[in-house]
Amino acid sequence: MLLKFAEKIGASFLGCYQILVDGLRLFIETLYWIFIAPFCSRIERRKPIDLKAVSDQMVFMGYDSVLIVFFVTFFTGIVLAMQSAHQLSKMGGLIYVASLVTISLCRELGPVLTALVIAGRVGAAITAEIASMKVNEQIEALDTMAISPIRYLVVPKFIALLLMLPLLSILGDVFGILGGYVVGVFNLHINSGLYMQIAFKFLTLKDIYSGLSKAFIFAIIITMVGVYQGLKTQGGAVGVGRSTTKSVVTSFILVIVADCVMTGIYFFSGF
Amino acid sequence: MNTQQSNILLTQRLGKTYNGRQVLEDVSFEVQRGEIFVVMGGSGCGKSTLLRIMAGGVIPSSGEVIFDGKNIGPLVGEEKEKIRRRFGMSFQSAALLDSLTVEENVSLPLKEHTRLNKEVIHIIAMMKLKLVGLQGFESYMPCELSGGMKKRAGLARAIALDPEIVFYDEPTAGLDPVACAVIDRLILDLTKKLNITSIVVTHNMESVFRIADRVAMLYQGKLLQVGTVQEIKDSENPIVQQFIHGEIEGPIQMEDKLSEAVF
Repeated sequence: MLLKFAEKIGASFLGCYQILVDGLRLFIETLYWIFIAPFCSRIERRKPIDLKAVSDQMVFMGYDSVLIVFFVTFFTGIVLAMQSAHQLSKMGGLIYVASLVTISLCRELGPVLTALVIAGRVGAAITAEIASMKVNEQIEALDTMAISPIRYLVVPKFIALLLMLPLLSILGDVFGILGGYVVGVFNLHINSGLYMQIAFKFLTLKDIYSGLSKAFIFAIIITMVGVYQGLKTQGGAVGVGRSTTKSVVTSFILVIVADCVMTGIYFFSGF
Repeated sequence: MNTQQSNILLTQRLGKTYNGRQVLEDVSFEVQRGEIFVVMGGSGCGKSTLLRIMAGGVIPSSGEVIFDGKNIGPLVGEEKEKIRRRFGMSFQSAALLDSLTVEENVSLPLKEHTRLNKEVIHIIAMMKLKLVGLQGFESYMPCELSGGMKKRAGLARAIALDPEIVFYDEPTAGLDPVACAVIDRLILDLTKKLNITSIVVTHNMESVFRIADRVAMLYQGKLLQVGTVQEIKDSENPIVQQFIHGEIEGPIQMEDKLSEAVF
């Protein structure tokens, strides 16, 4: 009984270890195709990055996501302003709604909410695409043609999201601040110029850096989880559905965990 | 058959186990340059796995595959890529990339592996499409093609880089008899005219007898017999006889499957 229990723990530990190793290998291979292969000195080994595929992905991941990012962060800004106004007005600091909304969005909510939205929209799309290619033998076909699926499929997505997620986060920050502004000016009757002044008074560049650095890490997490789940898919349409769900759930959890770890690092290092 | 009689690919005591289940056991044969070599066998006998091992996609648990005097099993990276460029593969589901048009699918290997300019690649792709009778369909998306046309487009892609060996996984599965005959004719034509070696995996007996130079019969992961079409037809092995005539009675037991289907 006890032995079986130990066996189970051991098996799941080994499983986690295997996932970690596979994920790391996938990540390293992606980096190889981005940083080494395009600059190989031997011409027959040199494989340039497909810029057209990257720009197509950037449109899909970035431009097409603006609206959904707007809805999520704008209304979060509104809610944040209303909730904090109630508390702050009790202490006579109603005016600080502006800086509270701005800083919490830039440091935390902007990047995290954007990453969660993108994990749902783009992460799921990445997994579904790669998974259905896997079950339809298309990945195998690429392999037999000696075309690396990592280079052909993963690299454009990886680069595109790495560029677009920080940009979307900035947009998210802006939309959120706008939401707070709407409440502050039209509901709390704070003077428009004063609101803006207070909003940016306590905001430092560090707040924005720390938010953006998170967005980069989230982009890596979302692409790698999406690709990994896609490539691991087995078993037809059901498998594709299962992988997509797994990808979104895993991305969500990892994004939150990574956020916690990075905030911890910044917090304890006094950043 | 071709006058050049050297063997281009041979397998030596190949074995493969999946999760403790022996899928292939001790399979050894040789394929001559320029012939159509057919591997036949029932569903689940390991013939697709055998094909993938020969094409370098699956690593065997034991034994080796020798292509042009070189064991391809332990090769990795550049070496393996070089070998695989000399192979073409036609998949059961055609496996065209759905995001690309037919022409883009065919030109993909050329674009990836050669430094030819766009015009030349276009001309080669159109030539290959003409060879399989798909001229005029180059701008179609794969989802707009019928099953047979998809297979032909997949075939055009497989021969894009002028491979020495083309592997066919169930080339006629799911096609009507006329489309089957068209594909068979294509395999014959391509093999003989372009002097390619073809290795075909199928369980369609009609096509086996139409196209094969030599046939290997696989049963439960083991090689039963290798021979010319006539030798297989005259085989005294009851399993081979039952298989090629598609009889219910015989040493191949299908009862479990039948009872599963009924109840």
